[in-house]
Amino acid sequence: MSEALPLRSRAEAATAQLGPLLARAEQLAMAVMPGGHGRRRSGAGDDFWQYRSVQAGDTMRMIDWRRSARSDAQFVRQKEWQISQTVHFWVDRAQSMQFASAKGLPQKMDRAQLVALAMAILLSRGGERIGLAGEDLPARAGNTQLRRFGEMLVTPKPDDFGAPDMRGVGKNGFAIFVSDFLGDIEPVEHAIQEAASSGIRGVCLQVLDPVEESFPFRGRAIFESVGGTLAHETLQAADLAERYKAKLETRKRRLSLVSRRCGWFFQTHHTTESAQVAVMWLYNMIEGPR
Amino acid sequence: MSLGPILFTAPYVLLALALLPVLWILLRAVPPAPIRLRFPAVALLLGIRDEESTSDRTPWWLLLLRMLVVAAVIVGLAGPVLNPKKGEETGQGRLLIVLDASWASASDWEDRRAYLQELLNDAARQERPVAILKLTAPEPTRFRTAGAWRSALAGLKPEPWEAVDLEAVEAALPEGVFDTLWVSDAVKRETRGALLELFEARGQLTIAQGSAPLYTMQFAPAPERGIALDVQRMKPAGEATVQVQALGLDPAGTERVLESVDVRFTPGVQRAEAVLDVPPELQTRISRFEVAGARHAGATVLADDSLRRRQIGLVEGGGNREGLELLSPLHYLEKALVESAELRSGAIEDVLTAKPDAVILADIAEMTESDETALIKWTEAGGLLVRFAGPKVAASDVSRQEEHPLMPVRLRAGGRFVGGAMSWGEPKALAPFERESPFFGLTVDEELRVSAQVVAQPGPELSERVIARLSDGTPLVTRKKLGRGEVVLFHIAANAEWSNVPLSGLFVRMLERLSIATSSGALEESEMDGTIWQPVRLLDGFGRLQDASGMGGVDGLTLLDARIGPELPPGLYEGPGRRVALNTLSDNSVISPASWPARLARTSFGGPQEQPLAGPLFAFALLLLVVDMLATLALSGRLRGAAVAALALALVQAPQAEAQEVTSDDSRALNAASEIVLAHVLTGDSRVDEIAAAGLLGLSETLFYRTSVEPDTPQGIDLERDELAFYPMLYWPITADQPIPSDGAYDKLNAYLRAGGMILFDTRDSNVARFGASSETGRALQSLAAPLDIPELEPVPEDHVLTRTFYLLQDFPGRHVSRDVWVEAAPTDAERAEGMPFRNLNDGVTPVVIGGNDWGAAWAIDSSGSPLLPVGRGFSGERQRELAYRFGVNLVMHVLTGNYKSDQVHVPALLERLGQ
Repeated sequence: MSEALPLRSRAEAATAQLGPLLARAEQLAMAVMPGGHGRRRSGAGDDFWQYRSVQAGDTMRMIDWRRSARSDAQFVRQKEWQISQTVHFWVDRAQSMQFASAKGLPQKMDRAQLVALAMAILLSRGGERIGLAGEDLPARAGNTQLRRFGEMLVTPKPDDFGAPDMRGVGKNGFAIFVSDFLGDIEPVEHAIQEAASSGIRGVCLQVLDPVEESFPFRGRAIFESVGGTLAHETLQAADLAERYKAKLETRKRRLSLVSRRCGWFFQTHHTTESAQVAVMWLYNMIEGPR
Repeated sequence: MSLGPILFTAPYVLLALALLPVLWILLRAVPPAPIRLRFPAVALLLGIRDEESTSDRTPWWLLLLRMLVVAAVIVGLAGPVLNPKKGEETGQGRLLIVLDASWASASDWEDRRAYLQELLNDAARQERPVAILKLTAPEPTRFRTAGAWRSALAGLKPEPWEAVDLEAVEAALPEGVFDTLWVSDAVKRETRGALLELFEARGQLTIAQGSAPLYTMQFAPAPERGIALDVQRMKPAGEATVQVQALGLDPAGTERVLESVDVRFTPGVQRAEAVLDVPPELQTRISRFEVAGARHAGATVLADDSLRRRQIGLVEGGGNREGLELLSPLHYLEKALVESAELRSGAIEDVLTAKPDAVILADIAEMTESDETALIKWTEAGGLLVRFAGPKVAASDVSRQEEHPLMPVRLRAGGRFVGGAMSWGEPKALAPFERESPFFGLTVDEELRVSAQVVAQPGPELSERVIARLSDGTPLVTRKKLGRGEVVLFHIAANAEWSNVPLSGLFVRMLERLSIATSSGALEESEMDGTIWQPVRLLDGFGRLQDASGMGGVDGLTLLDARIGPELPPGLYEGPGRRVALNTLSDNSVISPASWPARLARTSFGGPQEQPLAGPLFAFALLLLVVDMLATLALSGRLRGAAVAALALALVQAPQAEAQEVTSDDSRALNAASEIVLAHVLTGDSRVDEIAAAGLLGLSETLFYRTSVEPDTPQGIDLERDELAFYPMLYWPITADQPIPSDGAYDKLNAYLRAGGMILFDTRDSNVARFGASSETGRALQSLAAPLDIPELEPVPEDHVLTRTFYLLQDFPGRHVSRDVWVEAAPTDAERAEGMPFRNLNDGVTPVVIGGNDWGAAWAIDSSGSPLLPVGRGFSGERQRELAYRFGVNLVMHVLTGNYKSDQVHVPALLERLGQ
């Protein structure tokens, strides 16, 4: 996706990529969406959820008089989905994500995009508002939003490593971070903490290539980041394996710890696994706490 | 510098081998090149330090592999040569090349000649004047340019002797100072020392010796059965087996190996004996023995009469032999001859059927007319008829008035009796033999007495027919020529009735002299004196028998005493009564290697071919590099499965492809054998091959429609691979750059032509060139067809059978119209048949038709059956194409039916015989 290409052709190219991605993501979403979810949709537009008796702290305005008039107690009319939930995605599309160790494997970015878009479709159908963090895409609902979300999602980023950008993200939403979290960890932690402090719950999905777990290298080697900004030369790659794995484990634990502290969830997903697993987990995480 | 059989042309390069250990250390110290890897998690690695500062070492075996590569390249650069030719003569000034040129040089004479050629080339390059001297036949020589000698080289040949006339050599030596190169046969001889001094006095002497093994053969003392031959070899090293062959004429008259025996030499043994156990009939036919493959006179032993047992027929008159053994006229003859000859007695006609060498008639006067005619015929054909007198001859009228053809002289009636009771005088003794007599040299025993004899009528021829007389001068033995044979009459009886001569040893010797008996004893000086021996066949240096006509006779004593040399070449000599073989080596000669003084420079020639090893070494290094590459890839984990698969595929591909070809070959052969299939030779030029195939397809179609020949789809023939025998005719378009087929292919082609195949050569250029070497394809045709058995050619004559095998044609156009079409020439004596417009020609199909009319292109059709290429213009072009097809039809008809149409000359005769 060279910058030199004119905007339109870039857009077309992106759309061309979007089509298959969208199709795959929809297929994925269909596979994940159980039939029961239709109930939630059938209630859409119908504000009523339940009546409950007035509790201390309820203002007088909240009392539903019509219901209360039918009996002696006062009821508060609760509405479900009064405001649809806002879900913000941050999908790392930096160069480190544009990596696959073997021909048969998808790139990490591809997997991240697929999972994110499938989630977006799912949520969109559930009437949620979706937004893409770091892009000029405020959270909205609807098919147009989904299309724009998709278009923005397929654009790769030239940075070597990505960092979450939570500007323009409102409060009390839900955030989904999809990245390999192999770059600088500080901004990520900061972003999580900041989001948590503004009441955003969220999940971190770490997408990793199998070689990043197993480190099967031997002999003299120069390791370069995909963007080429970082390089590390070693004389005995095999010797590094253990320590590398330890470091990776440390990082995972740190992210997991930060997440738990902020009420977030952290999970590692490998590109060798089925994308459905990741989508399922994400969906459950969004639904679960409720 | 040389190392065993390997010589290094640039030995100093080998010093680089000393750098190998340094390289080893360097290679070990330098880590293998790092692999660049894309790895997103590199940030995690950033903090990690290497535990060891040493790199991952190259494994020792990979190092060794690389060392080998470097070593192979270094050794290759040093220019190793296997079996190098020893340093050539590179001196200055004049060079005398001395050749032993004896029989011992003959076995590797080609090597010697090649070596001489090399020497002369070198000398020509260095502009050295050269003289060549043959020691066995020294002729005054002078220094000339090497180029002038080159033409004389082919005429140099070894002599069948080894004698060296020192004086002659000295006289033949050129004046002045010169270097000498002695191309020696390395056999020890007495004259070597003197010659060495002679040459060394004039300049530097170098000895050149060959390395071919040398075997010689002589007769060995005869064993109880068979013939023993003593085989020697010069260098008693190693194990060797040679075959000794007995050669002679077979009943059909061609020379072939009659018997052979293998002789085995164990290491260290110089002599071995070969015993040939040959049946007597075969033994008489043996003409010489040879060491198989030795090809020199020293390994050839000529067989003479001593091996031959002559067939002698004995005929006696009357059959009354009851109890009278000692009175039988044949008794003493049988006793005298039984040792040395095959005897056969019986009636004349029975005896003659056995084709005897000699027939002895004892006291036979009258014969039936048919016997007489048969005897005369046999004698005139070269037989020897020996007659003995006796009472019947004396009493008969044979040769009384007229000289009988089977009697050397006219006889008086009755004979005479001397020294008997009723006669005067003493029994007569024998006179000494005269010089002209074949018995000359035999000593006459004083005690021999003749008491009765038949007497010859005096006549003008009598004196020259007498070969033995009695002391009173009356003839005892007379002889006359009859045709190619002769008739000999002993005027005495063959038994002891008339004389005691048959009892004596002289009788046997006389019979030997008459070639009746063969002598098994050695030649004796007393017998040889005064005899002249005529050479019949002479050996040349290569051990081949040459005709000796034109050679002068040799004195008997010379034959006995003199050494084999220019005056007395080895061979077969015919003297009085017997043939003697003089062999190159006498029976007790020993050959041993010459020992040269250590001071002499030596070179050698022959032996294994010089073989540069640099190429194989470089190839080896390259191979190792490939292995190294694969190993490195495997080590760094970058050896992809695809690469391995490709390599494996490349290795497996070839045999598979071959297997497929084989099956397709078989099906082609089956197809070609079950149908008539026209074939064209694949030239390698795809366009030409396509047109040829399309042309033959067109011709096949035409044949199918118009004639009863129904050919199958034409085939392209690879001369190297395909069997030709299935195809009646090959169309061979010539391209200028066609590869020359291999010898094997030519063998096949020649066999094909001999077996009645025909090749149509098409130079396809008669629009621009006429027949001959004037065009490129013409030259290509010349070089292609040179090894083929092609008879004399002539342009197709008007009455050639090609002009009328199916269509009547006079022109043979293809795409081009040229009359230059050549076929096998008719015999010069072919005559015009009576009443016919053509000659009575030879049988058979012309093996080749050569032309340049590009017939294939004219015949060519495409898949839809329409002509592929344009011919001529308009209607006349179509007519030309039609004629081209007609030529093709005629040609195929000619191939398939031969000269059938030529037989029309016999039509009148046939009609006549049918009763018109």
